[in-house]
Amino acid sequence: MSNKNYTRRGFIRSLSVTALAGLSLPLLSSCSREEREDFLQKHFLEMTEEEKKQVIAKLEQRYFEQYGRKFQISTQEALPEILWGYGLELSRCIGCRKCVYACANENNTSRYTRQVHWIRVLRLKRGNLINLEDSEHYYAPETVPEKGFVYLPVQCQQCQNPPCVKVCPIHATWQEPDGIVAVDYNWCIGCRYCIAACPYKGRVFNWAEPNLPKDEVNPNVHYLGNRPRMKCAVEKCTFCIQRVRQGRYPACVEACPTGSRKFGNLLDPKSEIRYIIERKRVFRLREELNTESKFYYFFES
Amino acid sequence: MELKSLEMQRTLRAFAIILLTMSAFFSLALGAGQEFPVPPPPFTEGIFPCSQCHASMETNRKKRELKDEHTQIRMHHAETLRWCLDCHDAKNRDKLRLYNGELINFTESYRLCGECHGNLYRDWRAGIHGKRTGSFMGTGKRTYLLCAHCHDPHEPKFKRVTPEPPPFRPTDRRNVK
Repeated sequence: MSNKNYTRRGFIRSLSVTALAGLSLPLLSSCSREEREDFLQKHFLEMTEEEKKQVIAKLEQRYFEQYGRKFQISTQEALPEILWGYGLELSRCIGCRKCVYACANENNTSRYTRQVHWIRVLRLKRGNLINLEDSEHYYAPETVPEKGFVYLPVQCQQCQNPPCVKVCPIHATWQEPDGIVAVDYNWCIGCRYCIAACPYKGRVFNWAEPNLPKDEVNPNVHYLGNRPRMKCAVEKCTFCIQRVRQGRYPACVEACPTGSRKFGNLLDPKSEIRYIIERKRVFRLREELNTESKFYYFFES
Repeated sequence: MELKSLEMQRTLRAFAIILLTMSAFFSLALGAGQEFPVPPPPFTEGIFPCSQCHASMETNRKKRELKDEHTQIRMHHAETLRWCLDCHDAKNRDKLRLYNGELINFTESYRLCGECHGNLYRDWRAGIHGKRTGSFMGTGKRTYLLCAHCHDPHEPKFKRVTPEPPPFRPTDRRNVK
């Protein structure tokens, strides 16, 4: 009552200034400039061209220090009038896992102490294709194909209605205009909701800092694709975004020794994938979940 | 003076016409020869051209076991019905022979395979059977493998292969620090 100078407005003003100073103090003083920049880096879709260039330059410098190679980080955008689709012929797949390792080499995945693969080849008893629970992906026979088994390679199915995108609390994963579901590894907080939501087990988590030998690095990378990841980032197949946006086949398509893997533009009536959908018996995995996957398995008919 | 320039014009025009027709002819001829961008056929090293040995040899059309040369070839491709000279031309050994007698290069061998395997040939032409690498779009180099790059034409059934190692189990010591 007696002290009229001490008003409510003044109290709130001094409180908010103190709070701001207190919050920014650890951020601005205790971390280095680089960490500060990383922390304040924007979401990839909200960056301007200038900001993208700065981030790319920073990452290229960092990768050079880490791997001793000059990286080419592309931020190429989706081409117009394109929706990528994939075809895989189950009657020809022999389960040799060539695609698994071609993918790992192309996409700079961790090699050991948490080995990370984007393709999982399931082995199923012949005539038992719908019971994926009975599948085995650690099979190791002398030679393949084995009698009485079929092989079903599974990777990210690039759903048109992706459950992983729906559950991401911070929009770190989204669908590109050409249908590829991309991840901004820098934006990802590692909550792994998307891993739980994916019905195909298409996503993998980096539990530790990835182990990528220097001489096995692929330096031609895309920001949303195969650039080396960090601990706590979720990653997955991107249909080799760095290759297909330049019109090249994905690495798994080129590696398959039986030519079971096909790739093309679903909007182009003359593409290989459209030929398959129009003329072969195709099915999609777990179609009943309404994920509208763009990965078509087919049989010789 | 005028006469000379007229003559010059005429010769120039003639040259231009000749050049044009030649370029058109060559582009057509090349286009016909290169229907699909195939890599060189998978010959055993030093074996092609076949005529370097066969030119001086007499043609023996009798079906027999080969003892002196080509002993590594095992025939498992409708062998009861077939013999070398059904596909290889007897007179020109550097060519393959279609059923109608047309001679084709080894780079076009898919036409020969397609004579029996019509449905697979149809799919191969569309890029479904077989394998394509490189660029499927744009100006980059593209490669369409021949039938013979994957299937040995003499015994086309795929042999069993050793698979790549399985992924580490979560409890594998290579996966756990």
